[in-house]
Amino acid sequence: MRADRDSEWSSLLRAANAGDSLAYQRFLRELAPVLRAFVRRLLARTNSAGAEAEDIVQDILLAIHLKRQTWIETAAVTPWVFTIARHKTIDALRRRGRRIDVPIDDFAEILAADTEEPNLASVYIDRQLGTLPDVQRKVVQAIAVAGDSISEAAEKLTMTQGAVRVALHRGLAALAARTSKGGGAA
Amino acid sequence: MKTDDLIRSLALDSAPRMPLARALLYGFLPGVAVSLVFYALTIGLRPHLFDLLPNWRIVFKIGFPIAVFACAGPLALQLARPRGDPRPLVFILIALLAVLAAAVIIELAILPPDLWRVRLIGHNARICMMLIPLMSAAPLIGALIALHRGAPQNPGLAGAGAGLFAGAFAAALYATHCPDDSPLFVATWYTLAVLIVMVVGALAGSRWLRW
Repeated sequence: MRADRDSEWSSLLRAANAGDSLAYQRFLRELAPVLRAFVRRLLARTNSAGAEAEDIVQDILLAIHLKRQTWIETAAVTPWVFTIARHKTIDALRRRGRRIDVPIDDFAEILAADTEEPNLASVYIDRQLGTLPDVQRKVVQAIAVAGDSISEAAEKLTMTQGAVRVALHRGLAALAARTSKGGGAA
Repeated sequence: MKTDDLIRSLALDSAPRMPLARALLYGFLPGVAVSLVFYALTIGLRPHLFDLLPNWRIVFKIGFPIAVFACAGPLALQLARPRGDPRPLVFILIALLAVLAAAVIIELAILPPDLWRVRLIGHNARICMMLIPLMSAAPLIGALIALHRGAPQNPGLAGAGAGLFAGAFAAALYATHCPDDSPLFVATWYTLAVLIVMVVGALAGSRWLRW
C-alpha cells in the first residue's frame, strides 16, 4: 500500500517536473494531509501547541516546491518528502527554542490526518508577505489570496504574464527564505 | 493564507527546474574559466613538461587530483540532496587515499633516506599552498551558488564537498606547473592546500547552503 502511494507520487512529481501544473497541484494536494499528520505527530511528541502546525506544513510545502529539482526521478519520492519535512519541522521547532530528536525511519507508515481540513490557514506566511517588495507582494496576494490566475493577475496589475510568473516565483522563494531565516512564528 | 491557496500558487509556478547536476556544471565552469585565465596569465605550464614524460611521479601528481576531482563532484551532489547517499563515493575516496599512501611508501622505498627531507620540502611549498586555494576560489564560489539550489541535510558537509571539488580541480591545474614531483610533496602540501579549501567551503556552506 505504501509502495502504491510512492509510485503514484513519483509519477505525479515526474509529470510536474516536466511542467505539468495540474499533476503538480494534485501531488501537493495529496501531500498536504500526510504532512499535516506528520507535523502534528511531532508536535504532540514535544507538547507543542497545534496551532502552529499549519505554519510548518506550509513551510514544508514551500521547501518541497523550491527544492523539487533535488529529487532524482529514479529514486523513491516518499523518503525524499519526509526528509524535507523532518528538516523543516526541526528547523521550525528550533527557531521556537525547542529541541527535538526525530527518528528518521518511521515515516513511511504515516497516513493522512483523519480529519481532512484542506482549508486550514497560516497567519505566519501572511505576516511575512507584508515584508516582500511591492511587486512580489501584489502578485502573490493576487494569486494566493484573491485566487487569481496568472492572466487575471497580469491584467489586474497591468503586467505581462511573464513578469507575473517571475514575480510569483521570486515572491515564493523570498517567503521560503524568510521563514527559514526570520524569527519564529510565535 | 490557506494551505490550499498556497498549493494553487505553487502549482502556478511550475516551470521546469534545472537538474542539480547541470546547475553544478553551469556554476562551476565559469569559475574554471576564471582560474584558467589566471593560470595562463601568471604561472602557466611548466617548461618542457611534455619532454619529461613518461614519468610516473608526474603522471601521479596530475592524475591523482583528477581522480579526486571526478569523485568529488558526484559526492557534492549527493551531499546536497535530501536522502542523498554519499557512501559509495566516500569509499572510493578512501580507496584513493590508500593509493596516495601507497605512492608515498613506494617513494620512500626507492628514494635514499637523505633525500626524503629535500623532496618533502621541495622548491616552493609556499607557492603551492597559496596558488591552489587561490585558483579554487572562483570554482568554489560557482559550485556554492549552484548548490544553493540543493537541500543538504548538513550544509557544512555539502560545502566541504564543494571545496574538495574545487580544490582538487585547482590542485590538478597547479600540478601542470609545479616543479616538485615527489609523492612526498604531493601528499603533504597538495593535501594541506585542498584541506584549506574544504574548510573554507564548509564554513561558507554552513551559512550559505542553509535552507
